[in-house]
Amino acid sequence: MPVEEREINILKHRLVPEHTIMKDEDVKELLEKFNISINQLPKILNTDPVVKAIGAKVGDVLKIVRNSPTAGKTTYYRLVSKEVA
Amino acid sequence: MIRSIDFSLMSPAMIKKLAAVEITKAELYDNDGFPLEGGVMDPRLGVIDPGLRCRTCGLTMGSCFGHFGYVELVRPVIHVLYSKLIHKILRMTCHSCGRVIATSPTASVKKCGYCGAENKPVRFEKPYTFYDGETQLTPTDIRAILEKIPDSDLPALGISGGRPEWLIITLLPIPPVIMRPSITLETGERSEDDLTHKMVDIIRINQRLKENIEIGAPDFIISDMWELLQYHVATFYDNELSGIPAARHRSGRPLKTLADRLKSKEGRFRQNLAGKRVNFSARTVISPDPCISINEVGVPLVIAKELTIPVTVTENNIEAVRALIMNTPAWPSVNYIIRPDGKKKKVAPDNKEEISKEIAPGYIVERHLQNNDIVLFNRQPSLHRMSIMAHRVRVTPWRTFTLNVSVVAPYNADFDGDEMNLHVLQTEEARAEASLLMEVQKHIRSPRFGGPIIGCEQDHISGCYILTADDTVVPRETAFCLLSEIGVVADLPAKKTITGKELFSELLPKGLNIEFKSKAGNKVIIRDGKLIEGRIDTKAIGRETGKLIDVIEKEYGPDEAHKFIDRVSLLGIKWLERTGFTIGLDDIELPPDATDAIKARIAEAEAAVNSLIENYRAGKIDLLAGLSASQSLERHILKVLAKESVEDIGKIVNNAFKDNCAIRMARSGARGSMTHIIQLSAVVGQARMLGERIHRGYRGRTLSHFAVGDLSPAAHGFIVHGFKTGLSPFEFFFDAISGRESLMDKSLRTRHSGYLERRLMNALQDLKIEYDGTIRDNRNVIIQFVPGEDMIDPAKSDWGTLDVRAIVQSVLR
Repeated sequence: MPVEEREINILKHRLVPEHTIMKDEDVKELLEKFNISINQLPKILNTDPVVKAIGAKVGDVLKIVRNSPTAGKTTYYRLVSKEVA
Repeated sequence: MIRSIDFSLMSPAMIKKLAAVEITKAELYDNDGFPLEGGVMDPRLGVIDPGLRCRTCGLTMGSCFGHFGYVELVRPVIHVLYSKLIHKILRMTCHSCGRVIATSPTASVKKCGYCGAENKPVRFEKPYTFYDGETQLTPTDIRAILEKIPDSDLPALGISGGRPEWLIITLLPIPPVIMRPSITLETGERSEDDLTHKMVDIIRINQRLKENIEIGAPDFIISDMWELLQYHVATFYDNELSGIPAARHRSGRPLKTLADRLKSKEGRFRQNLAGKRVNFSARTVISPDPCISINEVGVPLVIAKELTIPVTVTENNIEAVRALIMNTPAWPSVNYIIRPDGKKKKVAPDNKEEISKEIAPGYIVERHLQNNDIVLFNRQPSLHRMSIMAHRVRVTPWRTFTLNVSVVAPYNADFDGDEMNLHVLQTEEARAEASLLMEVQKHIRSPRFGGPIIGCEQDHISGCYILTADDTVVPRETAFCLLSEIGVVADLPAKKTITGKELFSELLPKGLNIEFKSKAGNKVIIRDGKLIEGRIDTKAIGRETGKLIDVIEKEYGPDEAHKFIDRVSLLGIKWLERTGFTIGLDDIELPPDATDAIKARIAEAEAAVNSLIENYRAGKIDLLAGLSASQSLERHILKVLAKESVEDIGKIVNNAFKDNCAIRMARSGARGSMTHIIQLSAVVGQARMLGERIHRGYRGRTLSHFAVGDLSPAAHGFIVHGFKTGLSPFEFFFDAISGRESLMDKSLRTRHSGYLERRLMNALQDLKIEYDGTIRDNRNVIIQFVPGEDMIDPAKSDWGTLDVRAIVQSVLR
C-alpha cells in the first residue's frame, strides 16, 4: 500500500526529516565536490522504512535535510545499500 | 610483498620443515657447561651469547631471530586449547565413516546416514578427557576418527585451511632459545626460563614412555605415563587450566607458560603491544602552588637535570652552548653531545673543556630542561583532551611537580598523593604545535559545554567576594602593595583610600563592558573595565560559571583570560592573607529566636503532615494524576517536609546569620552551600532512599520502635536536629541510609560512565576532520559532511551555540 494511503504516513511525522532521491547529475556533482567514489558515502539500508516509503532503489543517493537547533537546516547524503548478511 | 595472512593450524609436516633440529635429550648442558646438541638449549636453535654466530643461519645475536626445533611424541596428545573444538567435531561426525552427520554439536544423531553405524554421544571432561559412552577415547583413537573426515566435509564443520587431525599433537614445536633466555646468577649458576623447564619435563617423560613401551611394560604403566605426558604438554600451553593442578617450580611457584605470557593486563598484548614505555618523560607526586601561573609546572631540579632537549649547534649559538657545557655538573648544562656521525658522548666535569673545544656547527647537544621550556603534562585516566596540556617549565628545588590550583579541574587532580606524568618535546615542530594547540590557556573553554573549565576556586572566590564588598576600603599604600604582590603595575587614583571595587578593577581588561546577575541575584555592572556595582562571586570568576572569565576569553582571547585567572586568583588569596579568614563552630551558631522560629516551623509542618495522614485515613486525600492514594499521600508529605518547610527554614537561617566566614563561603559559592549551613545549624531534613521517604525495614514500619503503619515524619526518616546539635539514634540510622545510598550511587555511576567513555573512544578513535571539512574514518568513508552538522567548534562556542544577538550588538555599539 502506498504511504499516502496508510493510516500513519511516516513521511509526515515531525521526527522524520525530508528525504529526496537525487538526480544522477546531482550525485555526480556531489561526488566531484568531495572527490570521492560512491561507496564512500554514508549508507542507508534499502529496508529502511523511509527508503521503502519514497520508493528509492539500491544505488540511489538520498538527500536528507534535517532541522538543527544550532544550524537551522543541515543536509546529509546517504547511499541506499543492500544489507550484507 | 605480503598480500594476505592466513591463520590456520600448522601441520606436522610444516613443523618438521620449519625446525632446525630434532630435540631428543632432556639434559641441557654437558659436563663442561656447553649446550648439548639435541638438548633443549641446542646451539642450532639460535644464539643467545653476544659475539657468537648462529649455527643455523650464521647471524649474530640481535639479528638472528632464532629457530624452532621439534620433539616427536611417542604417543599423541590433545592440544588443550582446541579440546572444545575437538569435542564439537567428535559429536558432529560418524566415528566409523568420518562423514558429518549432525548439523550442530548439540543435535543428537545416533545412526549414521551414510554407513548406518551407531554412534554414541561423546562426553567431554575438562580439560582433555573424552569418553565414547563409557570407554575413554585415547588421543590415538580420536586422531583415527578425525583422519577419516573427508576434505569435502570440512567446510560443513567450519574448518578451512587445515586437517582436523592436526588438532592432535604428534610433533611438538620447540620454541627458539631467544624467547626463553637463561639467566646467569652472580654465583655463576645458570637459571633457566620457565618454558625451558617445562620442555625438559615433556622430553623426560616422553623418553621414559618410549623406554617403557620398548621393554613391553604393562598397559596401566603406559597409560599412566601417557596421561602424564598429556598433562605436561597441556600445561606447556596453559598453566591455569581448570580441573588440573598448575605445574609448579621447585620453590612452589606456578610456572609461567605460553598462555600466561600473552593474556591479561601484564600479558604481551596489553603490556607490550598496546602500550609502550616512553623516553624523555618523568612522573612524580603533585603539589599545589598558587603563585605560579596556570600554564606553568614546577619541575624538581633533579628531574630537570635528567630530562634533555636536543639542540643543534650553529654558528649563532655555539658560544651559548659552550657556556652551558662548561657549567657541568651544575644546572643548567649538557648531558650528552652527539657528533655528526651519530656517536654519543657523555659530558663529565673532567672532559668538559675538551668537549667544549670539540663542538662545531652540526653537533647536537642534549641540554637540560630550562625555565620556560614547553612540556606536556598529563594525569591518568586521560578521559578528555584537557587531560594532556602543554605547560611552561619552572625549575624548583623540591621533589614534586607543582601546579596552579586553578588547573587541577581539567586534570581532575587533587593533592592527596596523585602522581602526574611529564613529557619533554624533542623537535621544534612538536614544540610549535604544542604551543599553538595544547597550552593551558587554549583549553580554558571546554569543548564539552562551551564554557570555561578553568576558573577560580574556593579561597580565590572568598577573597574577591570580601574585597569587592561595598564597604571595603584599603589605604593607597596597601593597595599598591597588594597589586605588586600579584605582579600588576597600576596607576591608582590619587586618593588616600582605594575601594575594593577599584582595586579589583585594575585586573579587568580596558574597555570591558558587561552586566550580569551575581549568585545572590544582584546586578553586577562593569563599564569600561571598572567594576561599578555588585560583588564578585562564583558567577563572576568561578569555574564553569564565571561570566567574567567567559567574556574575557571570548572578547580578549585566551592569553588575556589566562592573565586574568592568574591575577584574580592570587588577589583573592593575598586579600585573605591580609584580612584573615577562618571558620569555626561559632559560625554556625543560630541565635535563640531563630532556633525557636525553626522549631515552630517544624511543628507546623508535622501538624500539616498529621492532618494529611488523617485525611488519607478518612479517604479524603487529593489524588494526584496517575498515583494511588498512598502514593499521593507520600507525594504530599514529601512536598510539605522536604520542600516547603526547608524553604522557609532556609529563609529563617539566611536572615538569622550575619556575615561570617562560613556564610560568606556559602553565599559567594566558594565552598559549601546554604543547604549545608542549614543542615549544620538547624535541621538535616528528610532522609531519602530512591527519591522517597524511607520505607524499608520491617513489615509496615522502618524500625521495631515504631508502631506498625505509623506514617508520621519521625518514623520515616525526617531528621529534626542539625549536625551541630547532634542526631538522635533513629535519625542517625536514617541519615546513614541516605548516606550509603549516595555512596553506592556514586561508585556505580563512575564505573558505568568510565566504561561508556571507553567504548565511545574505541568507536570514534579513527574519525578525523579532513581539510575539506568532511569527517571521515580510516576507510576514508564520510561520516559527516559538515563538522557537527553546524560547523560550530564547541571549544570556541558560547555554550554550544553561536550568540548571534551578542555579536550583532557588539558590532553596532
